[in-house]
Parts: sequence; structure tokens; C-alpha cells
Amino acid sequence: MKYLTEFRDGEIAQRMAAEIRQLTTRPWAIMEVCGGQTHSIMRNGIDQLLPPEVELIHGPGCPVCVTPLEVIDKALAIAAMPGVIFCSFGDMLRVPGSDRDLFRVKSEGGDVRIVYSPLDAVALARQNPDRQVVFFGIGFETTAPANAMAVHVAKTEGLRNFSMLVSHVLVPPAIDAIMRSPTNRVQAFLAAGHVCSVMGFWQYPTLASTHHVPIVITGFEPLDVLEGIRRTIAQLERGEHAVENAYARVVTFDGNRTAQELLEQVFTVSDRSWRGIGVIPASGWRLSDAYRDYDAEHRFAVSDIRTQESTVCRSGEVLQGTIKPTACSAFGERCTPRTPLGATMVSSEGACAAYFNYGHTVQLQRVVSRP
Amino acid sequence: MTLSITTDDGRATISMDEWNCPLPLRDYPAIVMGHGGGGQLSAELVTHLFRPAFAPGDTSALTDSTVLTLSGNRIACTTDTFVVQPLEFPGGTIGSLAVHGTVNDLAMSGARPIAITAGFILEEGLPMVRLARIVHDMARAAREAGVSIVCGDTKVVERGHGDGLYINTTGIGLLDPDVHIAPDRAAVGDVVLISGFIGDHGMAIMSQREGLEFETAIVSDSAALHTLVASLLDAVPDVHVLRDPTRGGVATSLNEIADDAQVGISIDERVLPIRSEVRAACEILGLDPLFVANEGKLLAIVPAEAANAALSALRNHALGADAAIIGEVVADHPGMLVARTGLGARRVITMPIGEQLPRIC
Repeated sequence: MKYLTEFRDGEIAQRMAAEIRQLTTRPWAIMEVCGGQTHSIMRNGIDQLLPPEVELIHGPGCPVCVTPLEVIDKALAIAAMPGVIFCSFGDMLRVPGSDRDLFRVKSEGGDVRIVYSPLDAVALARQNPDRQVVFFGIGFETTAPANAMAVHVAKTEGLRNFSMLVSHVLVPPAIDAIMRSPTNRVQAFLAAGHVCSVMGFWQYPTLASTHHVPIVITGFEPLDVLEGIRRTIAQLERGEHAVENAYARVVTFDGNRTAQELLEQVFTVSDRSWRGIGVIPASGWRLSDAYRDYDAEHRFAVSDIRTQESTVCRSGEVLQGTIKPTACSAFGERCTPRTPLGATMVSSEGACAAYFNYGHTVQLQRVVSRP
Repeated sequence: MTLSITTDDGRATISMDEWNCPLPLRDYPAIVMGHGGGGQLSAELVTHLFRPAFAPGDTSALTDSTVLTLSGNRIACTTDTFVVQPLEFPGGTIGSLAVHGTVNDLAMSGARPIAITAGFILEEGLPMVRLARIVHDMARAAREAGVSIVCGDTKVVERGHGDGLYINTTGIGLLDPDVHIAPDRAAVGDVVLISGFIGDHGMAIMSQREGLEFETAIVSDSAALHTLVASLLDAVPDVHVLRDPTRGGVATSLNEIADDAQVGISIDERVLPIRSEVRAACEILGLDPLFVANEGKLLAIVPAEAANAALSALRNHALGADAAIIGEVVADHPGMLVARTGLGARRVITMPIGEQLPRIC
């Protein structure tokens, strides 16, 4: 544990924050791509240590937030079918579909189970040969290798009762889409360290040079995040736009080749719809043709489900960093963590939920002096 | 959902107009697991259904046990139902847990436990040898706690209609005349203490239930705390609040106290006693140890001048050896729990909606 506590040292954090304040001469907008980084920023109060000129914009890297409503409705439909064991990571159970969530399906008799690994779902398929076991395979490049492995194992073992509802999304196309947006405000990125641990960062130099944007590969501990911010601001102040690896203890340029080969075998890059944003070309994975039999959409004939998003919720703009959560007319009124209209208010990593609590914190700032 | 119920005898009306359940319709027409999670959903059941039905007009703070005055004697009464899975876990069984939980609910009002009742709901097919192990563990826990199990009940439900075994207990305890412990006594300037490491029970249960294997076995802290409370009260008679942070963990208990007393509570994350293995297991699963259940810890809120005496009293008892002062009651942000983070910043810690859910990544 000592290794981890070193990256949470409060005194070093204060020194790094002081250095960031010294470096900063004008306003900068930096996007942390990953929801895990947002979580770390909010949980540790990193934003409170920064100078007012540095604005952190929460990116689209929350897998719960960006999973399209349509896919969630398909999950709900499959989970409600008799004879199905529907497996998901825990935080997807509370995400709203059009008219209910997985918790409600469970209360109505659906066999919905929380698992900690997709391989647990494969084990359930082995143990229940008379049931159809479906795993909800969502997330970024971080969760994809384990999901690919699960499908690969199921196929190798010839398990006919296992399938996966896949909605995988990829980070680099999202960065590209954000930078191409005419309303973009992002001037630098903290790239998601765990994603890069799998994929490497060989895709990033092109993005950085095309869009003249600094990209710093950043981890998740408080000092990791502060170091990422320090390096992006140093670049911005110098007028540079390079890719830097500030998470070298985990990330290499090439990434994990074994994982990448498995991903290439099981998945095929495809256009993907992002909740609140829309379709981004070549921004996701679907199961490759060799694994089509393991595609739950194919097995359960739910391809025709079409849904309509809330007309009030502006989570898409939030996810792209073009507005702050507080700019949405529903924020904190009709839409709260208790009564969310969109996924960004549901997930603990969601920008709106984080801002809802942050609002309280800002109020506290008036009465609580800084250390 | 707008739903009004008028009872047959017309004595009470239960309005659910203000009942704002969360996702996705913000109203659940049926019970979901979160209604038992000890968070906002659980609180809504009590606030909007049970209390209006059973005690209309009663706005007193909710406590672990209620105090009744009978012929001048004050008696604490509590009831609890244990539905834990697995039935046997590192550090105890559902049987010992039922005794400890009930003793602790009495102890948190400052009462000395006298007697416990035990109601068993057994599922057809439960192995007799398993039941015997659990019953003997329960008896041992009662002997060690010095309380008698004085009456009980047994029902059997058909296979598939239970989870092996449920236990309901009711506890009775006696209160000394000068003990007045209640959540709304938390006062600005008071100090908040915890009696030891947090999150052990919840992570022990989770590692067993989900088949998670950690390098170090995490053992439940399940224990009867009434002698620890007695030691504390000997040293500090004017203890303001006691609470055992079970379901929902330390964060939920402190949120409830802040709400009941309409004070702010400020804690320092840097001094929270958390075992490194519990912290690591929580990080793997994306959980916050502040929300993880405990079964052998207490939170005490005492006047500032009594803080050191309270800490010494706790630390001098075997069950409080790792006690720590973790925060204070403040005038700012009434009704809210705020933590000073490891970086010296601050974060609001809100009450969970239902159960805490492991994160994707």
C-alpha cells in the first residue's frame, strides 16, 4: 500500500498545486477524458487546489453515461425474458432506460445479477446449461479485453447458452470528434491512463499534431492528476502541443500487444452511437463476424428497438464539454441524482452528478477556509 | 406516482405525493433491493409509509431502539431482522450477528441488554447440521454478552420461498435514569469518535458472497458493544449520541445524525481507521469504505471537553483499542456531512440512494 499512499501525499499535492498556480498566466480549459479521473478530482477535491484560471472540463469517458438509451432498452428487454440470466457490472443497474431500469426488471422477476468479471458470467453459463446467460459488455478499451476473453472462452468451450450485448466505445475518435466540433472549448487533454495501458498511445501523436492540442497520458491517483494538469499547463503556456506520458509506471507506447491481438480477433471497429452525442464514425467495437453467434442482439432479436431521449436533458453537450452541467435548465431542479433525466446525473462518475455535489462544495467554500 | 391511502377505520391517511423515488420513473411500484439498503430508499419507506401508518404525528428522531417509560422505569426496546448471505462468514454466523446486532441497538441508547427473543423462518431443505451450527453460535454469542434468549418462534416456508434462514430478534434493555442519548443531542463543538477500523464486516461478507479472493482474509468485526458503551459512560456520563454504523456505514449514520440534529458534521479522511486490506478491496470494487457496513463499531459524539476521556475509555477496552477522533460537529452546512480529503480539500458526502454499487472500472 505504501506505493499507493505515495501518490496521495497531501503535502506534495499542495506543492504541486502551488507550482501549477505559479505556471498559470491566463485561463486554460483542460478536459479529463476519463470518468475515473473525474471521480478522483471530485473525491479528493483536486479542483479546489487549482487556480481559478484553470478550468477542468469533464469528458465523455464515463462508460455508464455514454451507453445509448437504445442499448439500455435492449438490455432491459432481454433481462425481462424468461429463461435468461442477465449479468452486468453493478453501476449499470440503476441507469434509466425509457421507462425503467434493471433494478426494476429484477423486482418484476427478471434474473439480473451483478458480476465482477465477464468470466463470472461464462461460469454461470457453464453451471446453467438450460438457461441463456447474457453479459452486458459495455465500456471503453479498458474493459474490452476481459469481455473479448469471455466471448473467446465461451466459443472455445462451445457454450451455446452464452452471449454478450456489446456497446464498446473508443477514446481516440471521441477526442477527434470533440476537437472538430465548432463549439469546442477544450485546449488540452488528460488522456485516460487505463485505456492507454491496453492500447498504448501510438494513436495520440497524430491527434495532437492535427488539432494542435497537448495530450498528457494521466493516471488516477491525486498526484497523477495534478502532474497531468501541471504538464498540460506547462505546454499550453509554452505554446506546444506534444504527447507526454505521465503514467509511465503503467503505460507504454505500444500498450499490451496480447490484449490488442485478442481484441482484433473478437471485435471489429464500427460506427457507434454515444448517448447524448450521437454517432461517431469508427468509434466503437462490435463482435466480429466469427463471433456473431455470441451477439445477444442477434440471438434475441432486439435490433428493432428504437427510443426517444428526453427533450430537456442536455447531457450530450455536457459530455462534449460545450456547456457546464449548471447551464442546463433542468440541473438541480427537475434533474438531480435522485431524479435524473440523463445518465450524466446517474453515474457516480457522471459530470452532472459530480457538479451537483460540487455545487454544495462551492457553497461550503464561503464558510470553510482553505488549508 | 400520486398515491393516497386512507385506512379502513379512517384514522390515518398516508400520502405518497412527496415520495420521490429515483430511477427510472422516479417511482417504483414494487419493492426493489435498494429499499433494504439503508440509504434514501429505506428512509423513504419509514418516513412515508411506516411512520405515518404506525405513529402518525410523531416527528421525533429515529433511533436504534426506542425508550419506553413503564412505572417510572425506562426500558429500551428494539427489533431487527437478519437476512444476511452467506449464513456463515469469516468472524461469525447469522446467529451471532443477530445477537450482536440486537445488543448493539440497545446499547446505542445507553441501555443494558436484559433479554432477547428469537423468531426463525426456516426454508424447507435447510440442512439440520447447518441450523445446529448457527443456533449454537447464537447461543454462544448470547452467553458471552450476558443476555438471555427468553422466547422464540419457528416457522418453515416452502423451498424457494426463503433464503435458507432468516432470524428476527427483539431486545429489551434497562436504562439508568441519568443517561440521555439521542441523535438530536449532537451540538456544535462536539467531537466525533469511532471505536475502531471501519468496513471490516461489509467487505468480509462481500468477499464470501461474491467469491472474491483477497490475499489477506478479511474478518467480520461482529461483536456486542454494550460493555464498551458501559466503559464509555463510566468515563463520560454525558455522551450525546451513540450509533452503530451498520447498513450504509459511517457515512449514512453521520448523515442521519446531521439531519436529525440539523447540525453540520465534519470529518477528516486522513485519520479514519481503515485496514489496508479493506481499503484495497474497496478500491478494487470501486466502493467507498465510508459506506460499507460494520457490526462491531460505534460512533460516539461527546462534548469537546470530554473528548480525550472518551478516547481513553474506548482505547482501554479490547473492542475499542483502535478508536480515533475523526471529526467534529459544526455550525456550517447544517444537515450535511463534509470530509476533509487527503489533499486538505473538502468534499460533501451524501447519503446513498440505495445500495452502493461496484463501479465498472
